[in-house]
Amino acid sequence: MGLLKKLVVAAVVLGGAGAAVGWYLTAPDGLSAAEIASLPAGDAARGERVFWTGGCTSCHAAPQAEGDAKLQLVGGLGLHTPFGTFVAPNISSHAEDGIGGWSAGDFANAMLRGVSPEGEHYYPAFPYGSYARMTTADVADLFAFMKTLPAVEGRAPDHALGFPFNIRRGVGMWKLLYLSPDPVVTLAADATDAARRGQYLVEGPGHCGECHTPRTFDGGPRKAEWLAGAAAAEGSGFVPNITPGDDGIGAWSESEIITFFKDGFTPDFDSPGGAMAAVQKNIAHLPDEDQAAIAAYLKAIPALPDGYTRPAAQ
Amino acid sequence: MRKIVLALSALAMFGSAAYADPIADRQAIMKERGGLVGQLAPIAKGEKPFDAAAVLTALQALDANAKKWDVEALFPAGSDKGDTKASPKIWEDMAGFKAAGDKFAADVAAAVAAPPADLAAFQAQFGAITSNCGACHQAYRM
Repeated sequence: MGLLKKLVVAAVVLGGAGAAVGWYLTAPDGLSAAEIASLPAGDAARGERVFWTGGCTSCHAAPQAEGDAKLQLVGGLGLHTPFGTFVAPNISSHAEDGIGGWSAGDFANAMLRGVSPEGEHYYPAFPYGSYARMTTADVADLFAFMKTLPAVEGRAPDHALGFPFNIRRGVGMWKLLYLSPDPVVTLAADATDAARRGQYLVEGPGHCGECHTPRTFDGGPRKAEWLAGAAAAEGSGFVPNITPGDDGIGAWSESEIITFFKDGFTPDFDSPGGAMAAVQKNIAHLPDEDQAAIAAYLKAIPALPDGYTRPAAQ
Repeated sequence: MRKIVLALSALAMFGSAAYADPIADRQAIMKERGGLVGQLAPIAKGEKPFDAAAVLTALQALDANAKKWDVEALFPAGSDKGDTKASPKIWEDMAGFKAAGDKFAADVAAAVAAPPADLAAFQAQFGAITSNCGACHQAYRM
């Protein structure tokens, strides 16, 4: 065999092996049977607190829903991003159209691993990149609460994504790069219990970083710019820097942050716009100690310059 | 005649100068509005004593502020670009945006027309007035 021919064969073998390894590495990786068996029993009353921390209703209720309709998680909201349009599915307790037929293991796999009951990847528009940091107790409580919500009939349309993002298996590569249950920020050794609780709430179920942290070209969080503000996923706006520096909310006291969560007014008596309007109303449901914990964490993280470029005045 | 022409052109220049920067103008109105709400909020929350005269003065200032909200002049076509958090939805739904501003102005005017005599009456009015902030921002501001 000539050298060239050998090289070609080697390249084909290596390429094939690479593809096989790639296929193997990008396979949806759910929880083990032992992990599922050890999931705690959920408590619906505790789960309501998790529900408002996560703000599930902001994406999964019908668009513009108010009042009790916010608890009808029929889906349908479109998230129009540079990758294409993601559509929030029905996660009501409806047995066929929602998640009423799911087991506790199915729900935990979705939340912690981004894997569907059919064994496929979810797109990380569903923010399991943050939820992966949640405790199994919170996940089980949330599931118990969501079972108490109304069953609503109806299926949302499929996502409409451009190539190559329409290849679901590619999400496996995203997970290899970005999915981790580890905390993002390393808090000081003497950080308060409140700040640590806030870290869990913000980095986990609250998923604040999904909008407030800039992303890489392939949609992963730029963790070195954690919560430093970002170009909005939708439209041409930006999401503010919420680190405790001059570009962020360094001028806000902890009690001003808490007032914002409760009343929806900033220290300048501005009120939130866009998606944050609904998020603030969700956070207003949290108990005082959780609101204070989030404020403590936002004061304890590194102060950073803006993670986006402000539009110039014209 | 000459004087009239001069006066008219002076007025026109003044007018265009006043609205040369609609983004800055509307932000200044909102800034002032936030300051006035900030005067009233501690009273509504019971952190400061209720003083009917002081409340009415602040409500009247808020009324004057609301009446400055000239949507055509402040949100001309093209002023969605630049250092603004105005949502493109304003220009897609100008009628809805105007209605939201009108409702705020009507709620403030109603409070001025029936000045609150006690804290409970003021709290109800304040709640109605400020519910407009979030509702309009959610729909029309980024």
